[in-house]
Amino acid sequence: MKRFIILLLLASAMLGVAFAQFEGVEATIVTFTGPQIAEPLQRRSPDFEALTGAKMNVVTVPFSDLYQQILTDVATNTNSFDGFVFAPQWMVDYIVPGFLEDLTDRVAADSDLLWQDVAPFFRDFSSTFEGQIYTIPLDGDFQMVYYRTDVLEENGLEAPATWDDYINIAGSVDGQDMNGDGEPDFGSCIAKKRNAQSYWMITSVWGAFIQSQGTSQGAFFNTDTMEPLVNNAAFESALDVYLATTEFGPPDELNLDVGDTRGLFTSGRCALSIDWGDIGTLAIDPTTSVVQNKVGAVILPGSTQVLDRDTGELVDCDANTCPFAVNGVNHAPFAAFGGWSGAVNAAADPLVKDAVYAFFSYMNQPAQSNIDVTIGITGFNPYRVSQFENLPLWITAGMSREAALNYLGAIRESLNSPNMVLDLRIPQNQRYQQIVLDTAISQLLAGELTKEEAMQQIYDGWQEITDELGLEDQLSAYRSTLGVQR
Amino acid sequence: MRSGGRPEGTLQGPDASQTRRSRSLRERIGSWFDRNAGNVFLLPTFLIVLLLSIFPFLVSAYLSLSRIRFVRGGFEITFVGLRNYRKLIKGSEKRHFLGVFGDFSLISWLILIVFVALLGYALWRYLRSGHRISAAGVIYRIITFSILSYGMWYLLKTLSSGGRPGTLAVTFIYVFLGIGCQYLLGLGLALLTTQRLVGRRFFRVVFLLPMMITPVGIAYTFRMLTDTDKGPINPIWKLLGLAEVSWVTSPWGARWAIMIGDIWQWTPFMFIVLLAAIEGLPEELFEAAHVDGASRWQIFWNITLPQLVPVSVTVVLIRMIEAFKIVDLPNVLTNGGPGTATESLTLHSFFTWRALDLGGSAAIAYMLLIVSLFVGISYANLLQQRAQR
Repeated sequence: MKRFIILLLLASAMLGVAFAQFEGVEATIVTFTGPQIAEPLQRRSPDFEALTGAKMNVVTVPFSDLYQQILTDVATNTNSFDGFVFAPQWMVDYIVPGFLEDLTDRVAADSDLLWQDVAPFFRDFSSTFEGQIYTIPLDGDFQMVYYRTDVLEENGLEAPATWDDYINIAGSVDGQDMNGDGEPDFGSCIAKKRNAQSYWMITSVWGAFIQSQGTSQGAFFNTDTMEPLVNNAAFESALDVYLATTEFGPPDELNLDVGDTRGLFTSGRCALSIDWGDIGTLAIDPTTSVVQNKVGAVILPGSTQVLDRDTGELVDCDANTCPFAVNGVNHAPFAAFGGWSGAVNAAADPLVKDAVYAFFSYMNQPAQSNIDVTIGITGFNPYRVSQFENLPLWITAGMSREAALNYLGAIRESLNSPNMVLDLRIPQNQRYQQIVLDTAISQLLAGELTKEEAMQQIYDGWQEITDELGLEDQLSAYRSTLGVQR
Repeated sequence: MRSGGRPEGTLQGPDASQTRRSRSLRERIGSWFDRNAGNVFLLPTFLIVLLLSIFPFLVSAYLSLSRIRFVRGGFEITFVGLRNYRKLIKGSEKRHFLGVFGDFSLISWLILIVFVALLGYALWRYLRSGHRISAAGVIYRIITFSILSYGMWYLLKTLSSGGRPGTLAVTFIYVFLGIGCQYLLGLGLALLTTQRLVGRRFFRVVFLLPMMITPVGIAYTFRMLTDTDKGPINPIWKLLGLAEVSWVTSPWGARWAIMIGDIWQWTPFMFIVLLAAIEGLPEELFEAAHVDGASRWQIFWNITLPQLVPVSVTVVLIRMIEAFKIVDLPNVLTNGGPGTATESLTLHSFFTWRALDLGGSAAIAYMLLIVSLFVGISYANLLQQRAQR
């Protein structure tokens, strides 16, 4: 008994040392206005404080303001934020001026992180820049197509394999009552609101038409000349698809962001939708969803024709033009956004940096993340290998075995695709996408521009930014993100 | 106060000379302060204004001619000349800023001809007025009228078939159409509440309420009202068969939604000022008109309205300056969409700033300043002076 008490005291003393490590440390972490993403950070910060003594204040700003809030804060040496949870595609703008802490050594020394369990894409692309680790992934992001299994089955339809299938299905079921409320519902719901997430949606569509030779081919620019790939027959076909989906969408689809389309889908009002992994987990929430176990997910639909970059025209898929095609269909799953990730402000106090890193590590560790990725409201989607393999995890969370296999299978298929489209991660990518692309697409949807005008506007706008920032620098950065060696 | 009470002129030697020099200096300083007391008292205010207003004004002018990049420990400013302005007028932002020009229809031509004829008539009246006509006045009017004619041509081109208004034209629409409606409604309500109606005091208070509400609150309210699917007046839309129609997804529907919100908020301002002006009009004029057997319309047209012109011109000018800066309603209600259909110049500048293109954002802000300054000064010179006469 005496020996047990001594051991207990020793253990307490050791724990006390651990507790005291961050006692009195307070840090501020910024992310976007939730509830997604901010919710798990805010929910888990008191637990982390109880464990380590470090207090994490999680503050939020609107998504459209997040990029510049972080950049202006660090660039002006205000440093009101010690940690950031943001889109990893923006990291280049923060790393080059030296605003982010290099986390490579910390990650190497952190056995609790189980770094090798994090899927390679998130380790090597979302977290790493020029061989060094700068962010800790908290979320895994791929866009997929969700469909209502019951609605498609009733109509004798299969899940869409191509974008033509998507349009045909949307047209076939549009106007049917899909949730039993006596009201006609919609064939397709896609978030098309400006200044929100719509530019990722259109990229999900154009990927299959433009990229067919593998990830390193790139879907935004020609890797030889940095010429934008937005003024050709393939891009025009993608715009045709995008415009056609609007015919079968809600009347105010142009004003819907992903929060709205997710709400519509889980309330049973949509047959199809494009989204990240969130609909899969939101659909199993009994408090908000009427489509539990009626939701299927597939890799983004593809195309049987792809861009010939020499002529700018579409050509049929064959062994040469589409080497990764499945059943003659070229799929190009889009790793849109890259998954919310945590980074540490290089200008923070050393102890605060340690505390912020420890918090991100804590959020990433399987004990926490395995639960969070199964809860829809968190906005976190699976990114660990074990999360894809651990079926009971998802069944316990409320998915049927079939739904879990289907959901995880779609993500895994995207993740393992050799023709995955990487999101743009060159300097000032936010201007290319959130300003030029987003504005032109919203003008096209509103009828303010024709397809030709929209394509030309994106082309001119992207060229102008490239010229402004330096063609060689941008080309080099683009090749580097795609792993192209010259 | 003389030192030691000793009579003046009794000091001798170096002490006396030093005292005289010291007194002379004090007197000179005192005299200088007496002469420049006004400037001295104004100096702190001037410095504060210089620091808070003129300095940022000049810095933002320089920013509009620069490109800014964030680098370690701060930012790097590169002078690019007029490149940011060229981008708006001729470059990739031209469609966004100026819009797209359509084909002139017969109606467009008629409107333009009538507008130019009216300006010509105003110039002819000035030349024939016999007031102090000066060469500078004539040149000023010719330049102003030419720019106004060009402005009308630009507006009509973007509003014609095949055209699309850019953020500049959209701002003009908010300013002129919105203020026109606000004035007419405000005047109507003011005239109504000066009548001996039951509950007119209650209505005076009620009509004022929208002005007290924060614009963001109004924007959210209208966002709910225009949502035909889930909004609180959804049953009415359903009854009208419009439940599946979204009027904020069509460019003109969205612009009207914003203008209705703006009109709803700012009509009370017109109302309260015009009400005070109407109540201050001398009773004798109306009594004399009644005695002479004038009809209600004749009284309004020949007595009330001319008496209200000075106040009306001022209140419209105040609203105009404010309306050029409209940002909250289009930002919250439609986020500038659909497309860029409801984006005002201020919102355009804000979105550009948010992308950290600070030079581009400053250039848009300066274009707004130039336009609103020109319209404001022209309006004040041509109408306000006339109204005061």
